[in-house]
Amino acid sequence: MKEGEFVHPYIPNSVPAVKEEMLREVGARDAEELYAKMIPERLRLRRPMELPDALPSELDLRRHVEGILEGDGNCADYLSFLGGGCWQHYVPAVCDVIAGRSEFLTAYAGGVYSDLGRYQAVFEFQSLIGELLDMEVSGIPTYDWGAAAGNAVRMASRITGQREVVVPRTMSPARLSIISNFCDSVERQGRIKVRTVGFDPDTGMMDTGDLEEKVSDETACVYFENPSYLGAIEAQGNEISSLAHDHGAEVVVGVDPISLGVLAPPGDYGADIVCGEAQPLGIHMHAGGGSCGFIASRDDERYVGEYPLRLISVTETEEEGEYGFGQCRYERTSYIARENAKDWVGTTVGLWAIASAVYMSLMGPHGMRELGEHIIQKSNFAAKRLTEIWEVRVLFPGFFKEFVVNLDEKKKTVSEVNEALLGHRIFGGKDISGEFPELGNSSLYCVTEVHSKGDVDRLASALEEVLE
Amino acid sequence: MRVKDYQAPYWKEPIVLELSREGERGIVVPEVDEEIREAVGDPWSKIPDGMRRERPPALPEMSQFRVLRHFLRLSQQTLGMELGNDIGVGTCTMKYSPKVNEELATKLADVHPLQPEETLQGILEILYKFGNVFLGEVSGMDAFTFQPPGGSAAAYNNACIMRKYHEVNGQLEQRNEIITTIFSHPCDAACPATAGFNLVTLYPDEETGLPSIEALKEAVSERTAGMFITNPEDTGIFNPEIDEWTSIVHEAGGLCSYDQANANALLGITRARDAGFDMCFFNLHKTFSSPHGSSGPGCGAVGVTEELAEFLPVPVVVEEEGVYRLDYDRPNSIGRVRDFMGNVQVVLRSYAWAMSMGAGGLREVAEVSMINNQYLEKRLTALRGVTKPFGVERRVDQIRYSLERLKEETGVGTNDVANRMIDYGVQSYFKSHHPWLVPEPFTPEPCETYSKEDLDHWADVFARVVDEAYESPELVRSAPHRSSGSKIVAEPLNDPDGWAMTWRAYVRKRGLRR
Repeated sequence: MKEGEFVHPYIPNSVPAVKEEMLREVGARDAEELYAKMIPERLRLRRPMELPDALPSELDLRRHVEGILEGDGNCADYLSFLGGGCWQHYVPAVCDVIAGRSEFLTAYAGGVYSDLGRYQAVFEFQSLIGELLDMEVSGIPTYDWGAAAGNAVRMASRITGQREVVVPRTMSPARLSIISNFCDSVERQGRIKVRTVGFDPDTGMMDTGDLEEKVSDETACVYFENPSYLGAIEAQGNEISSLAHDHGAEVVVGVDPISLGVLAPPGDYGADIVCGEAQPLGIHMHAGGGSCGFIASRDDERYVGEYPLRLISVTETEEEGEYGFGQCRYERTSYIARENAKDWVGTTVGLWAIASAVYMSLMGPHGMRELGEHIIQKSNFAAKRLTEIWEVRVLFPGFFKEFVVNLDEKKKTVSEVNEALLGHRIFGGKDISGEFPELGNSSLYCVTEVHSKGDVDRLASALEEVLE
Repeated sequence: MRVKDYQAPYWKEPIVLELSREGERGIVVPEVDEEIREAVGDPWSKIPDGMRRERPPALPEMSQFRVLRHFLRLSQQTLGMELGNDIGVGTCTMKYSPKVNEELATKLADVHPLQPEETLQGILEILYKFGNVFLGEVSGMDAFTFQPPGGSAAAYNNACIMRKYHEVNGQLEQRNEIITTIFSHPCDAACPATAGFNLVTLYPDEETGLPSIEALKEAVSERTAGMFITNPEDTGIFNPEIDEWTSIVHEAGGLCSYDQANANALLGITRARDAGFDMCFFNLHKTFSSPHGSSGPGCGAVGVTEELAEFLPVPVVVEEEGVYRLDYDRPNSIGRVRDFMGNVQVVLRSYAWAMSMGAGGLREVAEVSMINNQYLEKRLTALRGVTKPFGVERRVDQIRYSLERLKEETGVGTNDVANRMIDYGVQSYFKSHHPWLVPEPFTPEPCETYSKEDLDHWADVFARVVDEAYESPELVRSAPHRSSGSKIVAEPLNDPDGWAMTWRAYVRKRGLRR
């Protein structure tokens, strides 16, 4: 190679002889001559970009990136009790193998024949989450729980023609912010008003008295979560749903699907639309990059017609015994209808749909039940151990995997405690004292199947030491 | 011709729920220590009344191997980018995603986004540098967010920023219109509409392929909130007056958002800021090489000018004396469009890819993509039945061609040709976004990943199918013949009594027994 020539392993036609040959074929001296016919001179960047020196050697690049990440911690090196919308669960090896398959990893927008397997895998995600949720319709999942809830609320608003949504105070403020963006609009009359319902300070469940005041004939939907962001299981589902339905409102329930081996599916207590976060189902946390929001409903045209998501339907083929797949009512989506679409859809989380389909297939009904039981035992054990520490309180008793730990009686703030726990290589629970000042000096702890008894003991003794 | 016949794997694989065998297990949940069991008691007693699941979910019962084999077979029935030739999948920039970046990305697998910042310094540095150093130089913008997890999400993010900007300036009630063009991506219309804006869509002139500047002048008014536009559009035509366009919108009081989802052939060539844009976004799963992942997770990396930085979603990564932190204290922020920091692993891959390129490499990416496009054009326009609409000679990164003539002369349309190409092991191509302004469209995008042989191969396959269309049109119309499945029966897909988005719905509607 001559000096100054540059051949990059990712660019085959950077071989100078090939590039020259191609330029000759298209009748140009160099790239500049071609660009000059496309882009006016005044818009051209007439200097080389100033960027760090390239690392075309894979070995150099690997060392460079590993060097930057070297000092970072993760939940394998540290003992973590963080949750709050992204949770550490065990990911079976088969999930990673399938999600890592070249075909799935690098497919994108191929058609129903060339990507038959991708279509089937996504249909199977819809089918399996449908079993877990006891619902007949779902679609290709969206970005995260918040986006799913935002879409679900807008679906309810279109279905009812109403422009108010009632949400619980206990929901994740980040998720509420996402929903609020979905509800906001340029013109006042287009806005969906978000009304917040308080909670019972003893149980963490919705204050149904307050709900009665907030629900009206203008309500498009009542949204609540199970378990809530603060961990409590909402046991008043039937009552809440009745109140909503009496006013012609839809009921939208957000769920953590990993609880559904033991918790009742939301349809049992009146949900019309269900949404939630599939990250616990076989997807690593990826620093928050594992989110996967789903939406599901009954198989009713009123609902199907309002989904923004791509809905994959199974169908027959010309060959007996074969399945084919296709898009259901694709003209709803922004790909066809542009500004007249049901919200918008785009590249979302196809790979995570596939990983989570694998997870649900591996777990089966018994695995989901056992895991649910397991998590309840572990989380309750951890909460019990912590309350054995003098003046540490767990606020809401009926929880699944997350619970609020209150340190009001202690002299240290949550952030001081967490900083000290870090010295023990422990990530303490999420500090929620800013998000929920009414809960005082509190944090949100998450305990799942990944935590051993020894882990819980280690947390308890470190906390004892820190709080001394 | 070096066209080879191909046979896709044909497994006739059942739906996973049909593979259930009573009693089989795919994975075993660990036992809970006796001490814990004793301390807690019956876990079901911890669940409030009425909240216990009574009927177990009807998930399949499968041994691990059965699960693995099933999904491996489905993967084989998917013609992933790495196995085929995805030149046809235009507007999507189907470039190679280096394997080393996959390995590096696994380092984030067990990272929780809410970890203390001192344990996230490395990844925060990567986020900061990829934005403020790399994308800053590529776009000319001042501040960045990676929270939008896809291109459409980025357009939506920008619509939210525009809404907030006009609200803060007290002009939101007045400024409720967004201008876009019909050849801009559909999200440039749908996302502002979701945010509550009315859309004004400009249509192209038959000769230039672009809307006239007069049309834009007529469209702007005191109601204009801004413009959402792609350039080059799907036609590959670069709007040479784009800086005048942004000036006209600015003079009317609007903001300009540049959809740079696929900016591949412009890296180091021309910049969003220099054309007068206030915001732009790059799809990292396109131009910046993160794998497409069967449609995500992706990232729509947004860049904005200093003036708009205050509106970015929280948190924003900031640097102070070599220490990185997440800034949440931004009173005029739009809040959030996604939880946490977005798809951070996608940004890590893109950073690694851009580091392997450097300034010279990125420029080479642009040049080679553009030259590849010229080369493929020469091959394709030489074919019978293929036309290149609009009178603009040179196109940047892709071209929307038409098979209208082929259809007139043979009855074979673009859907048929796309399906037939599969029989030669080539991914069915992308035709066009809707509406099909160009009749019988197809839109190949031969990015820098593909060698001259790949380009020739794609063109040879295309030429073979065109010949077949003239010689034996029925062969093409009835394609594919060597795919993983036969022609679908499409009627049920849009029929409430026929469609089935889940297996349980299918079983019910077809009257099958579970």
